[in-house]
Amino acid sequence: MNYREAVRAALHEALSKDERVFLMGEDVGSYGGYFAVSTGFLKEFGPERIRDTPLSELAYTGIGIGAALAGMRPVIELTTTNFSLLALDQIVNNAASYLYMSGGQFNVPLVIRMGTGGARQLAAQHSHSFEGWYAHIPGLKILTPATLEDARGMLPTALEDPDPVLIFEHATLYPMEGELPDGAGAVEIEHARVRRSGRDISIITYGASLWKALDAAKTLADEGIEAEVVDLRTLRPLDDATIFESVSRTHRALIVDEGWRSGGISAEITTRIIENVFYDLDAPVRRVCSAEVPMPYAKQLEDAALPQAATIAAAVRSIVHGGSG
Amino acid sequence: MIEAGPSHGVALLRKMLFIRRFEERCLQLYGEQKIRGFLHVYIGEEAVAVGVLEAITPEERVVSTYREHGHALVRGIAPGAIMAEMYGKQEGCSHGRGGSMHLFDAKAKFYGGNGIVAGGIPIAVGLAFADAMRKRNDVTCCFFGDGAVAEGVFHESLNLAALWKLPVLFVCENNYYAMGTRVDLAESVPDLHQKAAAYGMVSAFVDGMDVEAVEAAARLAVEQIRAGKGPYFLECRTYRFHGHSSADPQLYRTKAEVDEWKRRDPITTLLARLKERGELTDADETRMETEDESVIGEAVAFAERGTLEPPEQLTRFVYSERKP
Repeated sequence: MNYREAVRAALHEALSKDERVFLMGEDVGSYGGYFAVSTGFLKEFGPERIRDTPLSELAYTGIGIGAALAGMRPVIELTTTNFSLLALDQIVNNAASYLYMSGGQFNVPLVIRMGTGGARQLAAQHSHSFEGWYAHIPGLKILTPATLEDARGMLPTALEDPDPVLIFEHATLYPMEGELPDGAGAVEIEHARVRRSGRDISIITYGASLWKALDAAKTLADEGIEAEVVDLRTLRPLDDATIFESVSRTHRALIVDEGWRSGGISAEITTRIIENVFYDLDAPVRRVCSAEVPMPYAKQLEDAALPQAATIAAAVRSIVHGGSG
Repeated sequence: MIEAGPSHGVALLRKMLFIRRFEERCLQLYGEQKIRGFLHVYIGEEAVAVGVLEAITPEERVVSTYREHGHALVRGIAPGAIMAEMYGKQEGCSHGRGGSMHLFDAKAKFYGGNGIVAGGIPIAVGLAFADAMRKRNDVTCCFFGDGAVAEGVFHESLNLAALWKLPVLFVCENNYYAMGTRVDLAESVPDLHQKAAAYGMVSAFVDGMDVEAVEAAARLAVEQIRAGKGPYFLECRTYRFHGHSSADPQLYRTKAEVDEWKRRDPITTLLARLKERGELTDADETRMETEDESVIGEAVAFAERGTLEPPEQLTRFVYSERKP
């Protein structure tokens, strides 16, 4: 079982169990999905429910909102995060605002999925991580499944939610192999999860960076540094309690975010730590983020632009041992 | 309140007249700073909302724009609830969260009140999409202006509605100006109903100053949609007598042009026609005005005595109160 198959199993179950659910987006049908998540669905569920669209992101996102308002449970696939910007008006001005603007009358039970992130040498228009941007917006919920369990379990929970939920699936994770227990199903989406316990520092991250942080933690353990790794899972609303509890215990924090540093979700998390558990800190909070460049194509440049296990480990050492690092 | 009159023509007149008087009062209240924010009045365009909405049932859905007081009133949202909304009171039809641009009412199947030009168009297509998936041909009525035709999402949405044969009535309220930009300065093809042909969609245009003509055109359109022939594009050529919003000095058009259109005022036109046909007397007209004044007075009183939501409830409705 890999991550792609876990997402696929979640979608398959949703389509099988609930007639209101349909999948809509570019190439979800005949092509089998931009990330091959829905291969074979067209044959099984038919073209009404596996709805291929033209390249009209703004319209089909709005159509998803309208269908949700009328009682359906649409799953909109927006291919990659960069393309989702073409749908931004509908996501922000309508999906996120309808309930509030209408004084509580019209909720939008819509799920939007998209691939996110870099490391596939796809350069500056297919590699970015805008989940932090979306996490800025009240009215949305932002999920970033990093594990097979969450890839399988977050979608059904999102479909039960009365409000719009955006799920960011890191594109490098689709082929990731792992075990999923029999009967794996819906998971809660309100809490961050400690993926590795440690006493010396809290590495707070999400998405594909989780695995880099865990790699770094393993290396650091050999050096006698025990890093705790917190998987945020949900970027909005943030699970402050888990973050604060971990940082209060380890007294040090490093945020790892594939988004850009300036004005990013890493800045938000840092600020919350400073505002709430400042006196528990033994060292300044630091961040490892993507370099502030549009993503380059060349491998060595792209590697240098993204957070890596080595840069995470180096940042941890500098925090734990002191110095400006 | 808008009620049916003795003849159908009189009923249409009553609705238009009520919208006119209601909005005149809104303008006055805006001047008194009782209503704040933006206020986009529909004065001059009443025949479109009244004529078109005659053609659909109360169970069918309406998506509108930020110039939606007329549509909201015709759909039966209580004038008091609309006025209270503009006053920012929690008795308002959007709980005081929307204001003039964002009137909503689930019971009236009124899906707003959209402040983004063309923003409501794909929503309407989505509502119709849901109906089509349930094998229903209920009409979703989607109002938008000439300005919306320039937006990309207009074209994306028309294409999909036509491709999937969805039951949408696209009503283009062409008042010739997108704020201050005249349609022929914005569109290579200013004959807007022709845009539908690019998507193989049936279209028509009608004199939007003639409510009876609008109603007839809308009924024809709705008949085709209900028969499963897919979406229909109806361009209603109309004119707003006031500025784009209450903040508009109207530098972009001449008084002569406005006066020329005012000679075609949909209300005075129908009034004269009804009197000529013997369907309405001067006494009827006076009674109508008196009744409207009284209903509008009650709406204002309702808004005045409405309550302000405590700021402690500021974050209510960001997310649903019902948990999954």
